[in-house]
Amino acid sequence: MLARDQAADIFDRIKRLSGADEIEVLFSGGRFALTRFANNTIHQNVAEENHVVSVRTVFDGRTARATTNRFDDDGLRGAVESSEALAKVQHADSDLLPMPDSREAAGSADSSVRATQFPSRHFAQTAAISPQLRAGTVKKIVEVAQKHKLTTAGIFSNSETVEGIFNSRGLSDWHTQTLAEVSITMLGADSSGWQKANSPDVADLDPPALAEIAAKKALDSAHPGEIPAGKYTVILEPAAVLDMVGFMFWDYSGMAILDQRSFLTGRIGSQLFGDNITIWDDATHPGQTGSLFDGEGMRRLRVPLVENGVVKRVVYARATAERMKRSEHRDQAGPIEVTGHGFPLPNEMGEMPLNIVFAAPQDPQTLAQMIASTERGVLVTRLWYIREVEPYEKMLTGMTRDGTFLVENGRVRQGVRNFRFNESLIHMLSNVEAMSAPRRACGEESFDMVVPAMRVRDFNFTEVTKF
Amino acid sequence: MKQIANWALNVATMRGSSYADARIVSQKGRALTTKNGKVGSASDADSIGMSVRVLADGAWGFAASEDLSRAGVEATAARAVEIARASAQVKQQDVRLAPEKSVTAEWTTPHAIDPFSISVEQNIALLLNVDSELRAVAGITLAESNLNFNREEQWFVSSEGSDIHQTKYSAGAGYTAYAFAGNEIQKRSYPNSYGGQWQNKGYELIEELKLLQNARRIAEEAVALHSADQCPEGTFDIILDSSQLGLQIHESIGHPIELDRVLGMEANFAGTSFLTLDKLRTLRYGSEMVNVVADARQEHGPGLGTFGFDDEGVPAQCTPIITNGLFTGYLSSRETAHTIGENRSGGTLRAEGWNRLPMIRMTNISLLPGEKPLSLEQLIASTDHGILMQTNRSWSIDDRRYNFQFGCEIGWEIKHGKRARMVKNPSYSGITTEFWNSLDAICSRDEWTLWGTPNCGKGQPQQVMGTGHGAAPSRFRKVKVGSAYKGS
Repeated sequence: MLARDQAADIFDRIKRLSGADEIEVLFSGGRFALTRFANNTIHQNVAEENHVVSVRTVFDGRTARATTNRFDDDGLRGAVESSEALAKVQHADSDLLPMPDSREAAGSADSSVRATQFPSRHFAQTAAISPQLRAGTVKKIVEVAQKHKLTTAGIFSNSETVEGIFNSRGLSDWHTQTLAEVSITMLGADSSGWQKANSPDVADLDPPALAEIAAKKALDSAHPGEIPAGKYTVILEPAAVLDMVGFMFWDYSGMAILDQRSFLTGRIGSQLFGDNITIWDDATHPGQTGSLFDGEGMRRLRVPLVENGVVKRVVYARATAERMKRSEHRDQAGPIEVTGHGFPLPNEMGEMPLNIVFAAPQDPQTLAQMIASTERGVLVTRLWYIREVEPYEKMLTGMTRDGTFLVENGRVRQGVRNFRFNESLIHMLSNVEAMSAPRRACGEESFDMVVPAMRVRDFNFTEVTKF
Repeated sequence: MKQIANWALNVATMRGSSYADARIVSQKGRALTTKNGKVGSASDADSIGMSVRVLADGAWGFAASEDLSRAGVEATAARAVEIARASAQVKQQDVRLAPEKSVTAEWTTPHAIDPFSISVEQNIALLLNVDSELRAVAGITLAESNLNFNREEQWFVSSEGSDIHQTKYSAGAGYTAYAFAGNEIQKRSYPNSYGGQWQNKGYELIEELKLLQNARRIAEEAVALHSADQCPEGTFDIILDSSQLGLQIHESIGHPIELDRVLGMEANFAGTSFLTLDKLRTLRYGSEMVNVVADARQEHGPGLGTFGFDDEGVPAQCTPIITNGLFTGYLSSRETAHTIGENRSGGTLRAEGWNRLPMIRMTNISLLPGEKPLSLEQLIASTDHGILMQTNRSWSIDDRRYNFQFGCEIGWEIKHGKRARMVKNPSYSGITTEFWNSLDAICSRDEWTLWGTPNCGKGQPQQVMGTGHGAAPSRFRKVKVGSAYKGS
């Protein structure tokens, strides 16, 4: 694993190779291993080690980036030369700001954030997971499948990664992290169930318990019936909520407002969702992962995106904030402040909140309580292949998957064939009747978040598939 | 490089592997974008490393590293064997590989102009000219364009004696004009959405695309969509342009024929397939005129699925997938060929890079053109009432590949053989085999394009792969249109 002092030495070598006005170097990489199983067999089992150095140079308002995984002199020289050659042929960009120094980067955080001692996201026991331990865990999952006469497929992975930034104005920051992840599908003859979880600390995961839940879903949804498409009350488990709402956070960006590609254009400050919806971006939340600095090294602020259904703010990279202040959209853009959510420069997208945390409802209900109080509805474990159909109403389409159930008179009645939905996120988040306490969740269509399960009325299923 | 790869094979063999292969891959990429009159991003990237794939105790192990020193390579090979032995703790049966003759070969993507030989200034000037044309149309609120070039050089050696050196080039280009007004965002893209057209070619692709010549029309269409009527809902005959049909092929034929999906190997992530093994040579997949091939050979064209050898050393092949409507073939590998009674792999195993395990991927999955001369205009003229849909805007299909829904950027209602009016937000949906059985006309070779899909995701860890899809505009009868907007 690349250490911070090694990276600092590499940065010094790169600086000596460049004649640029300013230079910024990003480091990323580490070790990753994943054991994959299907048909009760480990069929793929991989490990890799790789680090990448990414060099951005600036000449008189012109900037470009070159990336390599070769850390020898030739590799670093090649990256510097490529970056410089790409930068020099461009026109000067009046929106390009000088790189931030350490004071500016840290100063963007309010004092409460700066004073916080963040718990480590690096756990030695996660980093140390061996192929034998992964195989042993998979064996336990397979035993659960065999006990229930099911077959199982899934993954168990672990990683140890670094992320770092250094620039010629003296800024430097470094983040190390581990992550263990397990995802399990249990398959019956005509049904399936699924569970997934991850954490920096492998001790937080209980793969056999997740396997039992996935198996129960597969068994309970056997011989699925078909009910017609239409509008239903749905109970969305956290993974399903995450995969839906993840499609809107690209739009919580100052650049998206400037580009008029955001569904929040003209809507910041308005009541867009139900008053029970409050959403933060908070990189420091204990259920979150990732570094506390953005692509330019700016400290990530805790930002209230939605309060009681009202869209309060979007996030801003440094240059986006300056552009917005001069823009015709500035009066409709909410508070304009650098929030530490920028992507590495140069880029077209600007920034995005990536540490989403839903606030706990006043009266959280468990999933069981939501089911018990539902007269007729559909319980959804997981969603699949979600795509945006209409960008301004944020209408999404996708499928249910791996455990879809009819709920009647407060009980899970039976498994049902999977539905296609076409549903507006604005509509969905305006119709939330009940929520659980938020928790860290992960899906496949969006990034990990801290989200609740939700009961939503009038969710629009438009078609039924064959299984 | 061959010597470095052989260090890995030697260690793997000494540690007891029954089979091993090693790939050293050097990748280089350039990405240039513009947005609203400025360079959006300009970046180069290179990466080199090696992976070792081994069979030991009847199970797979794979390890990859950036470290190409002798000690590093040997440690990577040893790790691969250790992982294989761990895999063997949880197996039902030993892995069987279909036989394959060892080969020593060189192969390079035919290309007229090395894309990296064209100056960045020239490329940026082209994109800014396109951008200027797009934004010259009143109502365009956002213009984006891109150029992408890639070069991948691979040295493959196996314990069976194969020694293959292969260099692939690819290029991509496209642009999108957005128009925001009122409560609506409309867009038009050229030559295709989500990055444009991509092929395994040199810079000559960029010159063939006529990017600048089409920019004004595309921008005008994006603005005009705001005045267009909503696409009607109901059951219609539809004509799909070749790019949309390419994606339809990708999702509803290309993915379900992947044999690893069929066998459950992707059940946790990418999904399975309705094409269970009993359906081979028994299922009527489409109408009589549907002929689909999986063809990785150069003679099929410069698709993103064109190569000399796949990533386990199997030569490029053409497999009939659908023959006169009958389902006749899967995409297979050395490990899976025996499950369909084949004694040889179909040659479809590919990896995203040096640090990824090769897996079954689409090559060029193409619908063969109609044999009788038929232009798009003639097809429209022969349609009494229908909807012509062009350029994908959204796509979704269930995890067994039955139920799909696609949205397109623009549609045209056809009445009495003529384009009667432009319609916005066209979409259609259906069940895969019902849809392909409703096909009743395919335009001929002169309307056929080999499209590139550069962003196909599959696997854990996920790998992004380029695939090719040849298609000519085609007509489908009685298709459900507009249910995406029903009830909204």
